Amino acid sequence: MSDVAERVKKIVIEHLGVDADKVTDDANFIEDLGADSLDTVELVMAFEEEFGVEIPDDAAESIVTVGDAVRFLDKATAAS
Amino acid sequence: MFDLSGRTALVTGASGGLGSAIARALHQQGAIVTLSGTRREALEALATELKERVHIESCDLSDPEAVEKLVPAAEAAMGSLDILINNAGLTRDGLILRMKDADWDLVLAVNLTASFRLARAALKSMVKRRFGRIISITSVVGVTGNPGQANYAASKAGIIGLSKSLAREVAARNITVNCVAPGFIESPMTDVLTEAQKAAILSGVPIGRLGAASEIAAAVVYLASSEAAYVTGETLHVNGGMAMN
Repeated sequence: MSDVAERVKKIVIEHLGVDADKVTDDANFIEDLGADSLDTVELVMAFEEEFGVEIPDDAAESIVTVGDAVRFLDKATAAS
Repeated sequence: MFDLSGRTALVTGASGGLGSAIARALHQQGAIVTLSGTRREALEALATELKERVHIESCDLSDPEAVEKLVPAAEAAMGSLDILINNAGLTRDGLILRMKDADWDLVLAVNLTASFRLARAALKSMVKRRFGRIISITSVVGVTGNPGQANYAASKAGIIGLSKSLAREVAARNITVNCVAPGFIESPMTDVLTEAQKAAILSGVPIGRLGAASEIAAAVVYLASSEAAYVTGETLHVNGGMAMN
């Protein structure tokens, strides 16, 4: 697992209080991990803080699974 | 009842009559308070009176950069922010045919936009900590309208809509967002009225007198308390009966 993926999963586990084995790449924040709309905004803000990047609203809307977040942040951190 | 021991509160406009009464009341219930305002001497005098559990953060709410810094500064001073009181407000009255854009813009900026910015900043940590109270002082004229106060009434009605929306957004986080709507209260704002104006106003107030700032502060204390945990998106009218919903 990449370093980005590990950091993303750590944030998701801490924030949503879910078991680590549920936080798979294709886990959907809302449908599988029980997040509400405010949780998803908080997660995006936590990712921004952790990785020092800005996630625009349209990109944030397309991040619906753990894997989406990892892929976005992999790209964003490689670019910077 | 209404114990606020250990709670941390930020009061804007605390150098004014209503703001100082609210700060006193929260403090009396045990809260740690940060006083914000533009008149430093008045804030210092109130801090001296309250003695302990009190901090001062001057802020000009018409300055967006200063507004963004206020909540972080209050959190740094008190360790957290549990209760935000959007009390600061000003008027630039005039009939609309003569109302200048600058008078509209300033009233909306200080009364409404600053309340939005402060709420946004405060909610960041409230959402994380799963607790918060945001209480904004609106006005009876935000509901009834008032000739000569198109800007002020619009800003106060705006605060009610803002609060209801925020209440829905953050209710699941144990955060309540409410308003208190004073009627005519003894204050520098009403001191400038002539006796004839006051008599005309009081003819429409069933209780037959102006309200006291402490009577607004008591409503704020209630909404800030644990006892009011099931009240959100509400506007509590304290107006002697002059307008009834």
